[in-house]
Amino acid sequence: MTVTDEAHSRAAAASRGPGGADTGGAPDRGAEVAAALAADLDAGFAVLYDAYRGVVFSTALRLCGRWAEAEDLAAEAFLRAYRALIGYDTGRIAALRPRAWLLTILTNLWRNGLRTAARRPPPGPLEDAPDPPDPSEGVEDAAARHETGRELAGLLTALTPSQRAAVVLRHVTDLPVAEIAAVLDLPEGTVKSHISRGLARLRDLHRTSPAHTAPDPTQHPTPHLTQGGTP
Amino acid sequence: MNSTASGAPDPLTTGLAALTADAPDTLLDRIAARRVRVPGPLPDLQVAFTDHGVAYLRAGLDEDAFATAFRARFARPLLPADRPPAGLVPALRTGRLGALPLDLRGLSEFEAAVLRAAAAIPRGQVRPYAWVARQAGHPKAVRAVGSALGRNPVPLLIPCHRVTRSDGALGGYVFGGPAKERLLRGEDVDLEELAALTARGTLLVGSDTTGIVCYPTCADARRITPAHRRGFRTLAAAEAAGYRPCLHCRPGAPRPAA
Repeated sequence: MTVTDEAHSRAAAASRGPGGADTGGAPDRGAEVAAALAADLDAGFAVLYDAYRGVVFSTALRLCGRWAEAEDLAAEAFLRAYRALIGYDTGRIAALRPRAWLLTILTNLWRNGLRTAARRPPPGPLEDAPDPPDPSEGVEDAAARHETGRELAGLLTALTPSQRAAVVLRHVTDLPVAEIAAVLDLPEGTVKSHISRGLARLRDLHRTSPAHTAPDPTQHPTPHLTQGGTP
Repeated sequence: MNSTASGAPDPLTTGLAALTADAPDTLLDRIAARRVRVPGPLPDLQVAFTDHGVAYLRAGLDEDAFATAFRARFARPLLPADRPPAGLVPALRTGRLGALPLDLRGLSEFEAAVLRAAAAIPRGQVRPYAWVARQAGHPKAVRAVGSALGRNPVPLLIPCHRVTRSDGALGGYVFGGPAKERLLRGEDVDLEELAALTARGTLLVGSDTTGIVCYPTCADARRITPAHRRGFRTLAAAEAAGYRPCLHCRPGAPRPAA
């Protein structure tokens, strides 16, 4: 788990300039993955999947908000990626930045799905579809994470799609701003404003909507997300 | 953001960073198929399977050719498997599918109906193309049945080698005519007797004790003693002589929708 250090990553990004796609954020195995794909599409796909399964699934989960939808979305994104790669020549594959490319496919699929979903009746409330427990996680850790995690995950769905995508890619997926700009096909300035407005809205939502907190707030007080935050 | 400027961790961004989740272990199997070499009645069998079941079987291809053919048809990643799916090796050994699931996504409705019909032909028996067409609900589409069987993604498991021409010839096969003949002989189908019957114009065999008429390879037909065997060219001729079609091999109407 990478701990996000906003100040550090921004400083690093600023010092390297807009071309510094590898600055800040989680380390990327892009070159290794692209080389493996160029050598053998099927063996390379296994490398691609290994490198990005967590990134793709986390992003899908926090964009959709529901586990089952996230599985569908992540599987569809990987499959579309493979099908696109079949049509690419070796040079194009070798030049690929696989992480940004995969997440572009994922976010486009998600946005198209939103358009379709808008014409369907809404699914049940988020609380009806809790995340399955992670068996590798201790009970106490899970309980603690569950408190803030459940609330935050719920608040994310209240953001506009553009803000949600930018905030999730920056702070959950841990991508540098330049890479988010490539994924969302937006100028970096626009990405930064989506992120900061999204974060501000999350703080507002947390402050003004106690309904979003855990089912029994008296028993399980949630941490104050606004502590030390915006003035 | 004041908190970050002062160096204190921001609980909001820390909370967001904790929202990552690893992909469930089942996710990869929803995307990629697995490949494995298996023993069976034909040499060099390779099989691809997904979380839905066995999707593709080919004989006599090297690994690259198999991967290329699979990719052209399914456009899905193909990764090595540690072992064949449960039930596959027995199904190939016995010629009976049992509970082995098949992944027939990507086939047209007609192709799937044809393959379901062919899957019902028991080991050691053959049926004409017209029978498959009737069972698939398209009695006039006899030629299209041939094409659909030619596209059978899982030969042997769906025994399209048990579909033969009613003029006595064996007809085509995905792996070639000689392989079809070898497979049928391996299942103890008496091709010489079948050819002799066809040459005499006998496509159906009835018993004058039961008054039931069958395809010659039907298990019930093979039990008829020579003294009581009656040959017919058509079902109409058998029915005119007072015979009714067998309910096992169904030379007449297709089985009612199950």
